[in-house]
Amino acid sequence: MKRRKFFTTASLATAGMLLPVGCNSWVAQRVNSASDRQRLVVVFLRGAVDGLNVVVPHQEAEYYESRPTIAVPYPQEQDGAIDLDGFFGLHPKLQDLMPLWNKKNLAFVHASGSPVPERSHFQAQDYIENGTPGVKNTPDGWMNRLLAELPPDRPTQALNVGVITPYILKGEMAIASLKPGINSAAPIPTDRPRVNKAFSSLYSGTDALSKAYQDGKKAREIVLADLNQEMILASRGAKSVNTFVDDAAEVAKLMVGNAKTQLAFMEIGGWDSHIDQNPAFDRLLPSLGEGLATLAQGLEAIFSDTVIVVISEFGRTVKENGNKGTDHGYGNAIWLLGGGIRGGNVYGDWQGLDQSVLYEGRDLPVTTDFRAIISPILQQHLAISNASLNRIFPDYQFTNKLYFLA
Amino acid sequence: MRQKLSNWTIIMFLSLILWAGLIESTKASNELPQSSQRHILERLSFGVTSAQINQVKEIGIEAYIQSQLSPQLVSESAIVNDYLAKFSSIHQEPIELQKQDLALRKELRNSQLSIKQKKKIRREIRKLNAQARDEAMDAHLVRAIYSDRQLQEVMVDFWFNHFNVDAAKGSVELWLNDYENKIRTHALGNFRDLLLATAKHPAMLIYLDNKKNTDPNSPIGKKRQLGLNENYARELMELHTLGVDGGYTQDDVIALARIFTGWGMDAHGKKGDRQGFFYYKNRHDQEDKMFLGQKILANGMKEGEQAIDILVRHPATAHFISYKLAQYFVADQPPTSLVDKLSQEFSETNGNIKLVLDTLIHSDEFNSPQYYKQKFKTPYQYVISLVRMGEIEQPNLKRIRGMLEQLSMPLYMCLAPTGYRNTQEAWLNPQAMLQRTSLATAIANGTLNRSYLIEQKQLNSNFGELSSNTKQVVAKSPRKLRSALIMGSPESMYR
Repeated sequence: MKRRKFFTTASLATAGMLLPVGCNSWVAQRVNSASDRQRLVVVFLRGAVDGLNVVVPHQEAEYYESRPTIAVPYPQEQDGAIDLDGFFGLHPKLQDLMPLWNKKNLAFVHASGSPVPERSHFQAQDYIENGTPGVKNTPDGWMNRLLAELPPDRPTQALNVGVITPYILKGEMAIASLKPGINSAAPIPTDRPRVNKAFSSLYSGTDALSKAYQDGKKAREIVLADLNQEMILASRGAKSVNTFVDDAAEVAKLMVGNAKTQLAFMEIGGWDSHIDQNPAFDRLLPSLGEGLATLAQGLEAIFSDTVIVVISEFGRTVKENGNKGTDHGYGNAIWLLGGGIRGGNVYGDWQGLDQSVLYEGRDLPVTTDFRAIISPILQQHLAISNASLNRIFPDYQFTNKLYFLA
Repeated sequence: MRQKLSNWTIIMFLSLILWAGLIESTKASNELPQSSQRHILERLSFGVTSAQINQVKEIGIEAYIQSQLSPQLVSESAIVNDYLAKFSSIHQEPIELQKQDLALRKELRNSQLSIKQKKKIRREIRKLNAQARDEAMDAHLVRAIYSDRQLQEVMVDFWFNHFNVDAAKGSVELWLNDYENKIRTHALGNFRDLLLATAKHPAMLIYLDNKKNTDPNSPIGKKRQLGLNENYARELMELHTLGVDGGYTQDDVIALARIFTGWGMDAHGKKGDRQGFFYYKNRHDQEDKMFLGQKILANGMKEGEQAIDILVRHPATAHFISYKLAQYFVADQPPTSLVDKLSQEFSETNGNIKLVLDTLIHSDEFNSPQYYKQKFKTPYQYVISLVRMGEIEQPNLKRIRGMLEQLSMPLYMCLAPTGYRNTQEAWLNPQAMLQRTSLATAIANGTLNRSYLIEQKQLNSNFGELSSNTKQVVAKSPRKLRSALIMGSPESMYR
């Protein structure tokens, strides 16, 4: 009953929205017909995760030669990679994902990324998020443009948690945001009717501040209506100290509970491993693996209609650097999870690690444009038309070569 | 004849007086209008106070600007000095803090210890670090709020974000106060000195990993299997000097990383000058290098200084720093004409920050009314400005820290080396508006100082001319809410 009230409030206030979950997660809602069950979750690993130690080319001699101290050992060895297909292996700390691989719900596209080489984190993240690599000043992010293209009843509002809206969600589609965490529903001064009334008349105009204030009030009403009990306490009360795992559980809950919730965005930082990469990975990967497995498990009921994309701004140098770490590189692996994925495969044009094929003699090249991975998901999975796709990824000619969707 | 002459002298004398008087009145009428003076005060400080208004009335706006450009001539406020005296960790040499921390960690590795003993040591480590961090934060806040050298503190905010370090990495927090003081020393000085001070500072050496950057073929590199680390070299060019489009290549990144091999940290204070920096010759790459098209002859630590000279003199650096200054002080999209003017001044003066700022403050662009009240305050600028404009005494500093955290701008905790941004696009969103109006209400109701009531009259003069809409809403709202509304008004969110 309560949940129904929440969703009614949401749809009364808006035609659709991006909803916040946890610290760094956003989900998008829209009003749509019951048949639109498809979901897309994008998980951004900020700081450039070392894809070669996630999806390990254990049959490449150059891999072990380039990384004398940080390579993930052969599958049979202690702490070795978990073999995937006889050639690639998964980092052992991601073992939580193996059931998904075995069920053919997990795939990777190796040597993928932005077609425009860029070793600046910030510039590279911008290119992945604005969906226009090489073009810096695109005003909006591709997920926001996607929100605008989702048929047939356009969502008119979006909502996120976290005070800073990520570039990928910026744009025309309104974004309302909420403070993350367990205190979302704790009383704030502007909840008091008199204070509310006074500020509402102060911000009753059409200027940017007024608009933001009004959007904030709407979002606040939704939180106060229901989100506190049902959505937050339920999973936040769990004992996990890991925010990503908690957030993943909440995202799943929202997406399963409501047919309008179609898009979600989550992010995790801390991957810029210039020094002592292995201890950092041992710390970070288990929570990422557990979080993704939690997400998949939570979405079980609709997993056949779900695609989860895990992406990072670029990969890291093939050679380890002088501090048991890796420096900024180029190609990386993009992860794909979901019931509709032809999983159990490592896709992509793998050209080996011989120095002659490496980008600038040092980095994994990008042989698959990240847009070639997102586009079929938008087209086939979210039923986005060619015209719409051209607006989401302008100046990009998409030809499908991968066929990773069932 | 004599009579005539003396008459003439009298006439001359009288007209001289008259003329002088005219000058006097011309000067008065040339004095900038109130709105322009206010604009200058708002951009050169963290919020207008009655003391500032009085000072400008007394000495004139130009004298005020000049005094702010020479902070060493302004005596520090007694409030600041009293506060600072109370923070014990900032009076200790940071190398001593670092040594204490290392000694505790060494003790912790002693396997003979019981779990309880280890717990106790861990608590001590946490306490040492937390105290250093919290006192550095409070010292920072006190200066931002009460210092009479406001422009200097504004520039500390600007440069700290430009040369950002994250308190959460390694033992950066032990070095925060010292790092910020180094920035403060050069905030209006010479850009090269500032850049060199950050390059050698442990906070930066830790944060961007240069303390580990080692030539793999050097004696230490071979012995300990260490090698190059590009992190600092890249950000030094991308974020500190040339900018991402500054025209450098990956080869330049590697060359610069090689140049900076051996620029490391002396955490035990045994070598060198106890500032935490040490140049390790036995880690340095002894070959010649090509950097930005120039041959750098093998010359030990001097190579790094030479590279810094090249970077400081590079036109891309002049442009990048000028753009950022113009964006911070004038508009999110700064006028190109101003950026060009500042770049030229930066180049001609070899990075004299004071002169560049002088040019900026006196430029037509900065003084154009179209830019008044157009900069949306960052959460930090907003909170500090409320405390200043509300003239709140003895504010609860811990609570201010908490507010900054709530507003997603915790002090010293920006994870990315870009530092916090200062544009409206970065900070204006629905959640922020709810938080800001709520915080304004809480502050007006005394959350930062229970016994201190904010005077409506004070607010009216410090916040300047309010829009007719704000005035109307304030007038028809209950008396109790009026201060909250002024503090949470659009006028208070822009500077």
